[in-house]
Parts: sequence; structure tokens; C-alpha cells
Amino acid sequence: MSTVQVDRTIDARGMACPGPLMSLIGAIRQGQVAQVFEVLSSDEGSKSDIPAWVAKARHELVAVVPEDGYARFIVRKAR
Amino acid sequence: MAAEVVILGGGVGGTLTANLVARHAGGQAHVTVVDFTGRHVYQPGFLYVAVGQEKPANLSREETRLLRKDVDLVTEAAVAVDPAGRTVRLASGRTLTYDYLVLATGSRTVMDEVPGAGAAYDFYTMDGAVRLHEALQKFAGGKILVGVAGIPYKCPPAPVEFVFLLDDYLRARGNRDRTEITLLSPLNRAFTIETTSKLVQPILAERDIELCTFFNVETVDPEARTVNSLEGESFEYDLLVLVPPHRGQKLIEDSGLGDERGWVPVDKSTLRHEEFDRIWALGDATNIPISKSGSVAHYEAPIVAEQILAAVKGEPAPVRVYEGKVMCFLETGHGQATTIRFDYEHPARSPRPARVWHWGKALFNKAYWHTVPQGRLPE
Repeated sequence: MSTVQVDRTIDARGMACPGPLMSLIGAIRQGQVAQVFEVLSSDEGSKSDIPAWVAKARHELVAVVPEDGYARFIVRKAR
Repeated sequence: MAAEVVILGGGVGGTLTANLVARHAGGQAHVTVVDFTGRHVYQPGFLYVAVGQEKPANLSREETRLLRKDVDLVTEAAVAVDPAGRTVRLASGRTLTYDYLVLATGSRTVMDEVPGAGAAYDFYTMDGAVRLHEALQKFAGGKILVGVAGIPYKCPPAPVEFVFLLDDYLRARGNRDRTEITLLSPLNRAFTIETTSKLVQPILAERDIELCTFFNVETVDPEARTVNSLEGESFEYDLLVLVPPHRGQKLIEDSGLGDERGWVPVDKSTLRHEEFDRIWALGDATNIPISKSGSVAHYEAPIVAEQILAAVKGEPAPVRVYEGKVMCFLETGHGQATTIRFDYEHPARSPRPARVWHWGKALFNKAYWHTVPQGRLPE
């Protein structure tokens, strides 16, 4: 974990579904290939939505880290 | 001396707030609405214009006919707000001074943010809906794609309603068996609301409407007639209908009152601007995590009006706040509809589609002009 350097953190805690996913999509749209994004989400739906979207869009889900009351989704823009 | 209350925007939120403040101010407030068109447009009707079920002339009225006589209407564009000086500059150079300001400026559609999307049709403006209807009248069969080019957009169920009404329209014209309809959703379901998506997805399948999920429109190639997604997929079309990207009004962006997309940051309960305590915003204009719809503006307006009235009268802030209430209809075709009700604390509930909800929506659309802007509809 400590080897991954996050380029941009999106704090989407408190946002209802699909806010966290749409925030990630917006960031990836504007980002550069190989950049790493971290989304903080307290929405339960993100646990399925974000990994599913990352797989479909063929980016890389680096890690999902459970925290107290939220989760961190770390995603690398792959293309 | 009466407090000056200036309201920017003569849509449902601005008009209702103006009427409520004027009605209950007891002469302690003078209300001015600024709207550059001077016409009130019922945007939920655009959907019906697109499929030939409504005439554009039925969807707009003079704003003065909907405002109380003691509310002034300025038919001019507002170009800048100065929160420090508490002024609004108009296009003519004239300046209005306010004690309390309401931003009911709605949203704008920006199709040109999507490369190539000039070739697409939409039903998010009156002109767009008229053009789409003309195209559908000439359509002889082929592939129709209905996609979403950005979230948030007005009326989240509208693309789903459109494909159902399009299915009806094509069946009535005898073109349905020559047409493939595909709904391209940016999410992994039909639209934002999960429970209602689960209800409508089997009906999409029954009607032979294909649902393609996680398709966030990125570009359109008008020559190849393809639409391409951020996820790397591509579909060919004969007729493309897109929900355009939305953002807040330029006035909000130019005045530094919004975020990077021009949405006004407000407290989601009080609707007061996060930075400027004499400014409120409601309806599509805000950044709150709720549907952009007339229903939201309708339920928010009394909250904003009560807060302004309390401030005008020097009374404590009202206890009642906006709890995220939304109630809207969703057409499912074949003369049926369902409803969607939810708030910040309660997920959406939708009954099984039935004719009664379709007629309920039709009745509401007609009754709107005599009820909602005047505050005559029970909350």
C-alpha cells in the first residue's frame, strides 16, 4: 500500500449513490493515463458499483481499503 | 422600510418563492423577480412534444400571469451578482440592490462539451424537442440510441420515460418492428434510483428495449454515425438522442457563486449559500445531492420563503427545513406510469405501474398552471 502514490483524492463521503462513482468517472475523464485516484465513499452501493465500473472501463482497481465508516477505493487510470 | 427581496429566475422555484414571500410579508418585503424571457416554461412537457403528444404553445405562459400583482417582474438578463455590495447588475447596466437574494437560475445544457454531439437530438429544450419530433416523423426505421452525456441532468427518469414513449410512438406508426431501441445508461442500471430501476428494467426487456449499462458518452462521430463511451465501447446509430451535459448558469460562474460546474453550494437543509448568508438557492441551481427536477424546487420554495420571511421580520430561523423530499411520475408506456417518492432518509418507493398514475401525471401537467406557482397545492 505504501508504495502507491495517490495523485488525487476525491472525498465523496456523505454523498449518496451514484455520487461517488460519478465523481470518480469525472476525475478519470480529466486525468492522465497512469495517474492514481483515491475515492473515499461511505455509500454501501460503492462497494459493488466502483469495482464493476473499473472492470468495465478497463482501469485498474489497486485496492479497496475499509476504514471506520467508509472505504477507500484506489484506482489507476490504465488507458 | 420594506426589505428588498430579489429573485433571479422565473421558473417554478423562483415564482413560487416570490409569491409566498409577497403573500406572507405583511408589507415588510418588496419582491422583484428577474427573468430575461418573461415567460414561464413547463419543462416536463418537452418529453411529450418530442413524441407529438403536446403542443409547444401549451407549455409556456407570461410570467406576469403567474406572479402576484405586488411582485415586480424585470424582464432582463442578470449578468453579475456582487455579494459584498449586495447588488445584481443587469444587462442594461442597471443595478438592483437586495437585502436577500434567491438564486433560482436553474441549469443550462451544454451539448458542445461532447465532441461531435451537434449531430444528436435532445428533448431538454423546447427547440430540441420540436426538432426531435420532426426527425421522428421522418424516421422510417433503423437503430435509435438514447444516451446520457453527463450526470447530473434534469429529471433523472426522463431518458427511461422517453424510450417507453418512443416505443409507443413507433408502434402507433407501424415502425416498431423495423426499429431497434437501445438505452445507454452511464450507471450499472437504468437510471440513478436503484429501487425504481429494478422495477422498470423488466418492462424495458418486455418491450424489447435494450439496456446497455456503464456507457458514459464521450464522443460522437457524425460521419461514421457512432457514439463512443469513456469505457471504450462504440455503437452505431441511425438516430441519436442524447441527454446533454448540464451545468449552472454563466451568471453564477462569472459571479464566483458556484463550484467548478456552476452549481451553487448550499446547506442541504436550509438551502442557504455556504459562504454568503443573505443568499439562498433552490431547484436545479444548487449542488445538493438530490434530483434536479421541478418537484424539488416546488418542495424547497416554501423552506426558502419561510427563512427569508423570518429574516425580514427579525424572527428566529424556522425549525422546518428541507428534508430532501421528491415526488415525481415516471411514464412506463402503454398508458401506464408509476411514481417515485423519497427523501434524504428514505429510499425511493415506486408502485407497480398503472393507468391511474399516467392519468395522475396528465392531470398534474394541466393543473400545474393554476396550483404550483401560486402555492395552492398541499405539501
